[in-house]
Amino acid sequence: MAEQAARRTPILAPSAARPEAAISIAPMVPAARFALRLPEAAAKAIGSAAGFRLDMAINRSAAARDGRLAARLGPDEWLLHGPETASEAIARDVEAALAGRHFALVDIGHRNVAIAVAGAHARAVINGGCPLDLDDDAFPPGSATRTLLGKAEIVLLRPDEAPVFRIECWRSFAPYVLGLLEEVGREFAGA
Amino acid sequence: MLLVTCPHCGARPEIEFRYGGEAHIARPADPSALDDRQWAEFLYFRSNPKGVYAERWNHAHGCGRWFNALRDTASDAFLATYPAGQQRPDLGGGR
Ligand SMILES: [Zn+2]
Repeated sequence: MAEQAARRTPILAPSAARPEAAISIAPMVPAARFALRLPEAAAKAIGSAAGFRLDMAINRSAAARDGRLAARLGPDEWLLHGPETASEAIARDVEAALAGRHFALVDIGHRNVAIAVAGAHARAVINGGCPLDLDDDAFPPGSATRTLLGKAEIVLLRPDEAPVFRIECWRSFAPYVLGLLEEVGREFAGA
Repeated sequence: MLLVTCPHCGARPEIEFRYGGEAHIARPADPSALDDRQWAEFLYFRSNPKGVYAERWNHAHGCGRWFNALRDTASDAFLATYPAGQQRPDLGGGR
């Protein structure tokens, strides 16, 4: 497990989200993340693994204990999320829960960077680069999907009722994604 | 923006998708049994209709899945989308 102990410096300095502001764009602290691939039938049969729910509808997420979250990005693909310190425990627990099954679990904790977009104009700012309908009817709390923001592929999550969106992108895209959001956000900063 | 209905994700913007050419073209079971002309037909010859066309699409920036669609090549209207491996819906056109 030596390679898991290696840390990379965050590419964006984390800052605190200010949901009460007109628009708040805040890089988040590093986190544990895994890409899980598992046949659809197996996910249906077991329902959950290591506390992560797996049988929700596609493009939905489900919170789990200890700040963990599972997002179903496709029929056989999940993004597992948790605190950075839980990385090794998540890997161990999921591997144990799926032992004997056909699956792939890849640590992408260092590949992804997360940015929280909050505030009254959060939807408008994200829509500055993302073509999805983010209205509550189309993208209700608990939604999670891969999509595009400008030229970058992102995963967009709205974990709960709070009007806070989480954008996950690849580490090397992070300065572009943050720059694009901030540039759109300038239009709403005083609004 | 043109919306494409992914069988897994529902209606999504066209820019999330990639095009994959004509659908329902089975790879010959025994390629070595084909002569050059038959092999060229498998590789390169497509029906190219004006009207209903069955084609493959990939929801590349979404669920990542390949699926099939029936699209009218004259109007660009999507008539149906369906998971890969399913029978082509009978909506006219093509082979
Ligand atoms: Zn899809």
